[in-house]
Amino acid sequence: MKRKFNIWEGNFIYTLLAIVIGFVVGAILLSVAGIDPSVAYGSLYEGIFGDKKYIVYSMVYAAPYILTGLSVAFSFKTGVFNIGAEGQFVVGSLAAVLVGLFVDLPPVIHPIVCMLAAAVAGAIWGGVVGLMKIKRGINEVLSYIMFNWIAYYLSNYIVISKSVKDESVEATRLVKDSARTLMSDKMVIATGCPTVNWGFVIATVCAIALWFIITKTTLGYQLRAVGLSKTASEYGGISSSKIFMSSMAISGMLAGLGGAVHTLGMTGRISQFAGQESFGFDGITVALIAGSNPIGCIFSGLFYGAMKYGGNKLTLVNAPKEVVNIIMGTIIFFIAIALLFKRIMVSVSEKKNSDVKSAKED
Amino acid sequence: MLCRKETTVGNASNVDMNEVAIQMKNIVKKFGNFVANDHINLTIHKGEVHAILGENGAGKSTLMNVLYGIYQPTSGSIEIDGKEVVIEGPEKAIELGIGMVHQHFMLVQPFTVTENIILGDEPRKGLVVDKESAKKKIMELSEKYGLMVDPDAKIEDISVGMQQRVEILKVLYRGAKHLILDEPTSSLTPQEISELMEIIKNLTNDGKSVILITHKLKEITEAADFCTIIRQGKYIDTVKVDEVDENALASMMVGRNVEFKVEKKDIKPGKVALDVKNLHAKDYRGVEILNGLNLQVREGEIVGLAGVDGNGQSELVEILTGLMKAESGEITIEGVDIFNKSPKEIFDTGVSSIPEDRQKHGLVMDYTVSENLILQNFGTEKFSKHGILKKSAMKKFADEMIEKFDIRPRGCETRLAKQLSGGNQQKVIIAREVTNDKELLIAMNPTRGLDVGAIEFVHKYLVEQRNKGRAVLLVSFELDEIMSLSDQIQVIFEGQITGSVKGSEADENELGFLMAGGKKDEA
Repeated sequence: MKRKFNIWEGNFIYTLLAIVIGFVVGAILLSVAGIDPSVAYGSLYEGIFGDKKYIVYSMVYAAPYILTGLSVAFSFKTGVFNIGAEGQFVVGSLAAVLVGLFVDLPPVIHPIVCMLAAAVAGAIWGGVVGLMKIKRGINEVLSYIMFNWIAYYLSNYIVISKSVKDESVEATRLVKDSARTLMSDKMVIATGCPTVNWGFVIATVCAIALWFIITKTTLGYQLRAVGLSKTASEYGGISSSKIFMSSMAISGMLAGLGGAVHTLGMTGRISQFAGQESFGFDGITVALIAGSNPIGCIFSGLFYGAMKYGGNKLTLVNAPKEVVNIIMGTIIFFIAIALLFKRIMVSVSEKKNSDVKSAKED
Repeated sequence: MLCRKETTVGNASNVDMNEVAIQMKNIVKKFGNFVANDHINLTIHKGEVHAILGENGAGKSTLMNVLYGIYQPTSGSIEIDGKEVVIEGPEKAIELGIGMVHQHFMLVQPFTVTENIILGDEPRKGLVVDKESAKKKIMELSEKYGLMVDPDAKIEDISVGMQQRVEILKVLYRGAKHLILDEPTSSLTPQEISELMEIIKNLTNDGKSVILITHKLKEITEAADFCTIIRQGKYIDTVKVDEVDENALASMMVGRNVEFKVEKKDIKPGKVALDVKNLHAKDYRGVEILNGLNLQVREGEIVGLAGVDGNGQSELVEILTGLMKAESGEITIEGVDIFNKSPKEIFDTGVSSIPEDRQKHGLVMDYTVSENLILQNFGTEKFSKHGILKKSAMKKFADEMIEKFDIRPRGCETRLAKQLSGGNQQKVIIAREVTNDKELLIAMNPTRGLDVGAIEFVHKYLVEQRNKGRAVLLVSFELDEIMSLSDQIQVIFEGQITGSVKGSEADENELGFLMAGGKKDEA
């Protein structure tokens, strides 16, 4: 049964529309603030595409967002809302930094061990929430949010402890060079970006692996089944508790890995937080723009990373960089509305056809 | 039905053949190129019960939606009480005295009966709603037509039968003279059905006309004066119900002869497959719902569990399939203990089931047909290797099932389950469960909401499993279904088996008596 492709049925066009509206709303606000939107957007564009170096920077920025986006998208597939990616990201960073500081290992092996530690830490952080959900029926959204704060203060506590803290700044010491995921000097010279690292590659590999798990494996089959209908899954003999546990642990693992990619690649250390850094929360945005599609997360993560990076340049034209946040917020808002809009468009453009079909086939 | 003798409205005709209430002439309704209604004529007289019979998707609902103003006809005309009218929308239909009671009730659960009836048409006293006068008017209507309701009860607390009476009152309250009842008995118990038939009689006594949309033949022969048959959008015939029998109606509806009698070859039941001993269970409120139930199903036997809804049937099936835990008792399959085991363990031991709620339990509605067909078996060697699904094996299996079980449309393996019609959804489940071919097959209300053709299909496969030497437990609220299929009928009442009758010796009245809590020796 090949059906005619209906553009209103896919998500792409709505996402595109939401992005356009996001920029329009941003432009209006810029005008209200007395800034010429064309100048601001011009500098945003320049800041992202103006130089090869900027593009590479955007990719570097994007890597952690892709991973937290994947984390949230994966949880959505099982019908869980991982608002705890923030905390999982933090414990992941912490685990990576600690292993990077205190363990001596040769290069290549060292960052892999750091990342494994981060993945395990994130998986535990998410898994405990899952355990509380299935054993005690505690709503995961509440515990996720509390776990975010626990991670936040735990990190701040460790960062300023004597053995970890750097003497001159409010942050940990830099991890050992052997633990960094930076690319070779040759690449640094070629790209002009001193923090060019393997993060984006790792994130892309994770996205593809996740896509494979979700669409091709029995685990993915069970995850989606539980997400779509818990009752039918249980009737079919799938244990929803087990599935919730694995989904929440894997989701936490991805966010934790995001933390490792960020610290080992970009910063090399964790600073003391003054407020939540929001990598995890921004993962929600990335997942929503991607429509929870793992491959889509690569592109929405890139978009998000580029906007974050390019947004920094807005200050050069005296525009507040928060404009970027407003644009992203507006996009999410319209993507949410788009679901409603889509229902209307599909029913309008397909009504006649589908009536014909379903009636004929009865 | 239990009520055959009291409710032969068709014979005690109130029809006034001189006064035409509704006339639909040459109604054509097209959706794009597809003709849902192809020159359909319908004449309804005052005081008449007119049944509209057709398979799922035949165009019955489209026709009624045209009459109720939801759709505009492509061509054709409608006359109400002798005047040609254009019905732009439901408001206009109500103004013209047409009332529609939908299959799925549209009531506000936390509101009272009175509040629901007056919703949208509230009588006022100054600025406040005058509930007292509304209640008075409702009670008058209720008494006049025998529509017993408690005006102050909340909808969430009353039975399905009473909810339906509320829906009918809602329509009468707005002054309806012509009532459309869409599949009114689909969720009613036999008792409630007989009450409804009585109500229909009272309505026609008062000169109101009733259009009954249904695919249950028995209801037509019992309640209707005339019957119009629609097949694939085309008008087939309008017949006087007195002059035809059920077989004739059925073959007009599906366009071929339908087997009502299920062919069952004689086989001797084998050893006990399912053995339930002294089963006790509490429902979600903590109320004892199964009270020392004993039940046996042998190989090569269909045991029908008859009973009024709410006597523990659902809970028994949930316990037998592992979805609910029991308090105490013993359950074995071929001697293997399955008491309070998980659904997976029970399935692996040898129980498959056709669940009562196909959308909630039977299917993942947003999964494709092919994904749904492997719901319990995705982990087997046939469909996966090292945790990776074999897509080609899945497709091949789905193609086989679609062909063998006549799941329509052909080639629907990539379609989502929710895009299939109810009958075809049920076929997907039957295909899966029959192919699972376990020692015991449990079927709960397997034909609910299906048309005659699909019912015949479901029955055929239940009997086939029995003939293969499998044990079948059939739980159904349709007494006819129980009586025509079962080798042994067990009656459940208040969580216990209160009577047992051989299928071949079953008698409606006796079963009805047992189902209402009577003891066998008193009968």
